[in-house]
Amino acid sequence: MIRAFGPNEFWFIVMAVQWTLALSAVAFAGGAVGGLLTALARVSGAKPLRYAALGFIRLFQGTPLLMQLFLVFFGLNIFGSGINPWLAASVALTLHASAFLGEIWRGCIEAVPKGQSEACWALGIGYFDRMKSVVLPQAARIAVAPTVGFLVQLIKGTSLASIIGFVELTRAGQIVNNATFDPFTVFGLVAALYFVLCWPLSILAGQLERRFAKASAR
Amino acid sequence: MSANPGADGADAPAVRMEGVEKWYGTYHALKNVDLEVASGERIVVCGPSGSGKSTLIRCINQLEVVQKGRIVVDGIELTAGHKNVDKVRRDVGMVFQQFNLFPHMTVLENCMLAPLKVRRAAKAEAEATARKYLERVRIPEQADKYPAQLSGGQQQRVAIARALCMNPRIMLFDEPTSALDPEMVKEVLDTMIDLAGEGMTMLVVTHEMGFARQVADRVIFMDQGEIVEMAGPEEFFSRPKHERTRTFLGQIAH
Ligand SMILES: Nc1ncnc2c1ncn2[C@@H]1O[C@H](COP(=O)(O)OP(=O)(O)OP(=O)(O)O)[C@@H](O)[C@H]1O
Ligand SMILES: [Mg+2]
Repeated sequence: MIRAFGPNEFWFIVMAVQWTLALSAVAFAGGAVGGLLTALARVSGAKPLRYAALGFIRLFQGTPLLMQLFLVFFGLNIFGSGINPWLAASVALTLHASAFLGEIWRGCIEAVPKGQSEACWALGIGYFDRMKSVVLPQAARIAVAPTVGFLVQLIKGTSLASIIGFVELTRAGQIVNNATFDPFTVFGLVAALYFVLCWPLSILAGQLERRFAKASAR
Repeated sequence: MSANPGADGADAPAVRMEGVEKWYGTYHALKNVDLEVASGERIVVCGPSGSGKSTLIRCINQLEVVQKGRIVVDGIELTAGHKNVDKVRRDVGMVFQQFNLFPHMTVLENCMLAPLKVRRAAKAEAEATARKYLERVRIPEQADKYPAQLSGGQQQRVAIARALCMNPRIMLFDEPTSALDPEMVKEVLDTMIDLAGEGMTMLVVTHEMGFARQVADRVIFMDQGEIVEMAGPEEFFSRPKHERTRTFLGQIAH
């Protein structure tokens, strides 16, 4: 039975944006925590920590996001938490974001001149205060643009969660298309909605970058 | 200055280095260095590029770790024990060639950070100390500016004030005027001369021989990781014993 693409179909797809946003937000928040820890481990003085973080990053950079989703999805299943696409997608995307943000932020931390840390050491400032008050605030300015850039990738990446059955924007589009067989309308709308989510972020990234450039030229 | 004698008592040397050896990989950067600096003494270190001057003074606050020998600072043995390193760093101030001010903080915040975080000073007290030392280096009116808004000479004076805010008993200077335009060298040297006049123990790497003549108690000449010559400024400049010292002095005079 073929349905026509009407207002109900339209709103079904638009409402699915909230799940794309929710999944992106969870993965980004989790990834921010995981990414910070990964980046700090990558620049730490302890060799085992550095290599563990490096292995984690390489693993997630070297495998497709879809495989990461599958492994977590079926892995969680084995550990008896049942088929839970929402949990699996959150965990997989959080790990994925942790690895990528960890690598991006490592570069930003290392871009802060060594002299900043030497000044802290010479003043007797300890690791925690050196990171919190001196190194990370300066790294953060450099990190803004690539971080927002990664967020855009992450939002688009959540579309893969549709394959393990999580109903977000892409999955909603597939469901509607199966009923209406109107792929150009359906996926045209889906693509437009992704664009509406991602485009302002790209603009924001540019603005923040200019603002920080001005601030550091102060 | 502060009434806080080192653990060895008031006459203990500020710095004692015995048989210090330092390698960077296979490169031998310090060779069997012995040095004793008395409390209140002003030492100037000179020598050609790559001779180990920076390495020498950076060992004193463990920015560089040595492989052999003893370093005792203010009666505190700088072995691998990290507690001791922290203790020493609190009492030893350092001024770098490139200033190394924190660019995202105002001048005042630069000066307050270490007292707040390391000495756990109250905010009002840290601010009063910061303003006092900014006054001392004659830039109290710049307190609320950011480092990038200041001239090089002003930035270096902020760096000196920032170190002084920790009430150090020893100050290390690594070519503090080398990155400055010529017209700003004097304001920084004058600040250092004031500091010397107040009895601060100072180790200064510099090629400003006028400063060395005026302020130094002893001048050290280093070459290839060794202390080649060490003498009072009068003797050092008029009757250098070693050929390498004479060659060096001849080169920088021109
Ligand atoms: N981190 C390092 N790794 C490897 N070699 C180093 C390192 N730091 C310094 N060196 C080498 O050790 C030697 C001494 O360096 P040092 O910086 O102490 O010289 P310097 O006398 O301060 O020279 P300059 O006048 O150029 O500042 C140089 O040959 C330098 O190349
Ligand atoms: Mg040097």
